[in-house]
Amino acid sequence: MNIRRFILIAVPYAWLLALFFIPFFIVFKISLSDLALAIPPYSPTVKDGIFNMLSAFDFENFTFLASDDLYWKAYLSSLKIALISTIFAVIVGYPMAYGMARAPDEWRPTLMMLVILPFWTSFLIRVYAWVGILSNEGLLNQLLLWLGLIDAPLTIMNTTTAVYIGIVYTYLPFMILPIYAALDRLDESLIEAAEDLGCSRTKAFWLVTVPLSRNGIIAGCFLVFIPALGEFVIPSLLGGSGTLMIGKVLFEEFFNNRDWPVASAVAVVLLLILIVPITLFQRNQQRQAEADT
Amino acid sequence: MRRASWFNITSLTLGFAFLYLPMVLLVFYSFNSSKLVTVWAGFSTKWYGELIRNEAFLDAAVVTLKVAVISSTLATILGTMAAYVLVRGGKFMGRTLFSGMVYAPLVMPEVITGLSLLLLFIGIGLDRGVLTIVLAHTTFSMCYVSVVVSSRLVTFDRSLEEAALDLGCSPFDAFRLVTLPIIAPAVISGWLLAFTLSLDDLVIASFTTGPSSTTLPIKIWSAVRLGVSPEINALSTIMIGVVTVGVIAASLISKHRTVKAQHDLQAAERGTS
Repeated sequence: MNIRRFILIAVPYAWLLALFFIPFFIVFKISLSDLALAIPPYSPTVKDGIFNMLSAFDFENFTFLASDDLYWKAYLSSLKIALISTIFAVIVGYPMAYGMARAPDEWRPTLMMLVILPFWTSFLIRVYAWVGILSNEGLLNQLLLWLGLIDAPLTIMNTTTAVYIGIVYTYLPFMILPIYAALDRLDESLIEAAEDLGCSRTKAFWLVTVPLSRNGIIAGCFLVFIPALGEFVIPSLLGGSGTLMIGKVLFEEFFNNRDWPVASAVAVVLLLILIVPITLFQRNQQRQAEADT
Repeated sequence: MRRASWFNITSLTLGFAFLYLPMVLLVFYSFNSSKLVTVWAGFSTKWYGELIRNEAFLDAAVVTLKVAVISSTLATILGTMAAYVLVRGGKFMGRTLFSGMVYAPLVMPEVITGLSLLLLFIGIGLDRGVLTIVLAHTTFSMCYVSVVVSSRLVTFDRSLEEAALDLGCSPFDAFRLVTLPIIAPAVISGWLLAFTLSLDDLVIASFTTGPSSTTLPIKIWSAVRLGVSPEINALSTIMIGVVTVGVIAASLISKHRTVKAQHDLQAAERGTS
């Protein structure tokens, strides 16, 4: 084997093994240990001897997660919030992607830039922008009161509604781009053929355009659903104490309660939940890559 | 047959209003002289002045930039290597694991990545600070770089490399003289992406930072948890402004380049016919 080729493969491989793959085993190891008043705050450690360490491991933290309502509810409510936000993102994103794909050619670079620009803008700032809009004395309530549509300010901040708005808003470009890519590749003569054969415009849209952009919709849904499931910033900033999401629970378990073993157990379970959508997503990406070549 | 229908124009207008209105309002209210962010009390730039005099923010900005420059450069080198291995590497042992490790960080929740890296750093006894944040940021952003670069490598005409090899180039020279100049735009956008990801990261940095190295997002986070603050609005406006100018400039440059390439192509065709 050529030495250059070996280095080319080995360097990124070793980096990812050391800093991405192995750390998961450490998380798993610590999820099996107990909370201790020490630095680091868990026991047993390797210092106690490998054999002693292995024999002291147990699944106590996992039985604790199963017995305490808080964690179950947090996992379920994260799944629900991620799912509903994904559906809303499709409803908002598909017409935009469709409009872009049907726009005159000279508009397209500008439209594309407008979708990509929020990508480059700080995520934290984009979430923060909603605080001033959604709060009780915020701009939305001021506008609605001024229009006379409501008599008393609506409570949107610190509710799940605010979290839905935040997730759809920040992840929308991830939905638009893959759908746009699929619609852009779509052969328009197929739609014309459907219309020539007697389909109405709407019917041709549902029978030809939507099925052919399926891969884009699937990719977009995964790109919104998976990160939304473990989201921390949006539920903390917009959801307040009114929303329960697992990313927030993990963060607080770690930083406020300083219970590293339980935080690790929460992470292990979250990872197990995520394995299914992540594998499906990778399979979808591979199929698309094969279809392209 | 491309006509802009009313339905399409409406959905685009509403969609972009949804995407941009919150940011526009944020910029607008950063020039508000009132401390109450939602009450307009006249134009003022005083919050920008307060921001510049706030040394904690300046220190955090310096740390953030340092981390972003180092980590995005490392990520670009590693990510380009990984992309090359994935697209051109052929078969080798553990290829499936490798491609899995390249794609998984893209969708991995930040809380998990942050927690696992922190536990690693504690486990090997590495003091938390700028170095640990750089290592963490390099790891997740190299995967983004690799996706951007490999999508360019896939569409790249392989016969050009083969021609260079036939003409006596070593594989390394063929990469340096033929491949790299062609994939350069993708490598540059990969670097920019890694840079912004690093500037932006709150969760992973919170886990991997030490007491002496606070980054700007951590600083912003502790300020906005208490509610809307006019200083943060001013800071956000500056950041939005820099990004907007950068993205518009980049798209103008690439447009200019496409137009020039078309001209060159036309000229070449005229020359041969």
